[in-house]
Amino acid sequence: MNSVTVNGLWCKKCGICVEYCPAKVFTAEKDGTPVPAYQEKCTGCGICVLRCPDFALDVGVDVDDGKR
Amino acid sequence: MTVKGNVRFIQGNEAMAEGALAAGARFFAGYPITPSSEIAEVSSRRLPKLGGVYVQMEDEIGSIAAVIGASVAGKKSFTATSGPGFSLMQENLGVAVMAEVPCVIINVQRSGPSTGLATKPAQGDVMQCRWGTHGDHGIIVLSPSSVQDCYDLTIKAFSLAEEYRTPVILLADEIVGHMREKVVFQELQTDEIKVRKAPGCSPEYYKPFRLGEGVTPLACYGGEHVFRVSGSTHDEWGFACSRPGNAEKYIRHYTEKIENNRDRIVLTREYNLSDAEYTIVTFGCTTRSALEAMYIARSTGKRVGVLELVTLWPFAEESVMEACQNARAVIVPEMNLGQVLREVQRVVGRNIPVVGVNKVDSKAIRPAEILDKIREVETCLV
Amino acid sequence: MSSIKYDDYLLKDKLPLFWCGGCGNGNVLGSILRAFANLKFKRQKTVVVTGIGCWGKADDYINTNTFHGTHGRALAFATGIKLANPDLNVIALMGDGDGATIGGNHLIHAARRNVDITAVLVNNFNYGMTGGQYSGTTPEHSFTSTSRYGHIEEGFDLCKLAAAAGAPFVARGTVYGITQLDKLVEQALCKKGFSFVEVITPCPTHFGRLNGLKTASLMLNWIKENSVTKNQAEKMSDGEIRGKFVTGVFVDVDKEDYSTRYKKLQQRAAEAVEGGCDK
Repeated sequence: MNSVTVNGLWCKKCGICVEYCPAKVFTAEKDGTPVPAYQEKCTGCGICVLRCPDFALDVGVDVDDGKR
Repeated sequence: MTVKGNVRFIQGNEAMAEGALAAGARFFAGYPITPSSEIAEVSSRRLPKLGGVYVQMEDEIGSIAAVIGASVAGKKSFTATSGPGFSLMQENLGVAVMAEVPCVIINVQRSGPSTGLATKPAQGDVMQCRWGTHGDHGIIVLSPSSVQDCYDLTIKAFSLAEEYRTPVILLADEIVGHMREKVVFQELQTDEIKVRKAPGCSPEYYKPFRLGEGVTPLACYGGEHVFRVSGSTHDEWGFACSRPGNAEKYIRHYTEKIENNRDRIVLTREYNLSDAEYTIVTFGCTTRSALEAMYIARSTGKRVGVLELVTLWPFAEESVMEACQNARAVIVPEMNLGQVLREVQRVVGRNIPVVGVNKVDSKAIRPAEILDKIREVETCLV
Repeated sequence: MSSIKYDDYLLKDKLPLFWCGGCGNGNVLGSILRAFANLKFKRQKTVVVTGIGCWGKADDYINTNTFHGTHGRALAFATGIKLANPDLNVIALMGDGDGATIGGNHLIHAARRNVDITAVLVNNFNYGMTGGQYSGTTPEHSFTSTSRYGHIEEGFDLCKLAAAAGAPFVARGTVYGITQLDKLVEQALCKKGFSFVEVITPCPTHFGRLNGLKTASLMLNWIKENSVTKNQAEKMSDGEIRGKFVTGVFVDVDKEDYSTRYKKLQQRAAEAVEGGCDK
């Protein structure tokens, strides 16, 4: 399974990852903090890493994952 | 290459360009403006032959910016301008101060304010040189009074710029800039040309704005030292830094690195001061009239001496004090309404009369006008 | 895959980024650093020159040589740096107020002169740093903190401006089209000569707030909805294209850059007899 991590110190809770993840991996807490709640859905496309304006996201792609 | 005893008969502006080349300058960026344009013209002909670069920018703001950039990239750099262009350069002059970038700015003064009398001389930019860019800082300003000076002081300006990592202003004027005289291109001693020292430390420890022992060497872009340059108030690494204590430290540093070395920087010339009853303090083109006035006065038995301020800033406080303390009166002729006069008054105090001969009609101050003032003061003192 | 990664150029200890949440500057910074990595730029041979404004802070996060100068003058400083040492990779980062308004004169002349610099101009349609006042690219009728009754001036089309001034590489991307932007920046960095990339960027804090686009998503969607490719734009009428962000490469031609021309000039000057230049 791919692992999605959010660097809480760098994240500004802008909501872009929540809005734009094609696999809808993220949910948002009340204050906007993104939570990668559905990591099992992550396809490892990496678009969230490119879209995050704050270098706050990291996606570890599991190369042995059958989905790859 | 300068040859020992190479005698030339040239214009002040040409001599400044030649002086810059002799000092090792290999980058000029400028914008044409009367009465300084010959400096650009000579540079445009001579620099490419020497492997140097001449570029004519879109304005004076861009010119000084390019000069600063080129200096950090390792070329000794200069520009030349006059009043309106010098006004446009003020903001980026502050960058050179803040980022401690050596460069030379030649200002061939003309009559102002604004467009003023574009082709006529004046000496009205003395205070602009000192305080034209915003914020506290020190600055070095040299003022040539002959074509030989134009050559020699330009070389000196580059040395001071490198030594103190600072912009140096060569404050000439239309008279000196357009005057033709004999110049000797002396063979330069190696220590007369300052070569920028590379930082001695290994790249990971290089702090381009380290405070402490003297002036920290400036590396060049493209070398092994990777570094940051900033016009924002910065820390010793060059990172923007808004801590109050940091700002205080650096702003004091910009002033003190110049003012605390006044005795090493300041150049003056003394003429017949040992027995002088009347001391004339002057600079630039007006020095020539002051010297003539002195010779005439001496021929009639009047004990007149002259102190020429070759360095205008930092102000030659000690020399002025010494030259004036035994005088009956001090005369300060200048082609402005009293910019150096007030400095001399500040230094000399109230016990000795300090009077100006001030002219802003775009004509040179004549020796007779200085002599008239001495006579007038003499009458008052009797 | 390259062994050099974008974060080899990123000063991570300076993060979080200074910019507001949802500001696109971080994305553009990412594009630039990824391009540096792909092209294996040497830190020692690279100088990033910035102006003043939000985007002018970008150098704080980059570990190459940097020069942070004055408002609008990045290209003039960069010109001096490049001409003094043509071996350097020189990149100028400017905002719309910075590079296209107060510094517009340097932009057109750097393009005309064809100095081998890559200019990445981030256009968020207003002066973010000073509180969202209108700039030279603010669209007509939009609201800013100094155009509260609707802006009456038309904004610059910066790509047309740069192209008209003679830049051999001119492109526009958006923060929404981030993968396209990565390519455009890399192409620009590879270009010998003056290369210009305008990036349409969200400023939800100021421009967005006063124009009904106060979240990052709303602004990004606005950019997405108004973006058209160069090919699409060619089939649209003037009326249809008004207010749209046309993306793509507009100019990509070969032209001898300034330093190459200057080297030839130096050779000619060296061969000329003393005073021969006077003729």
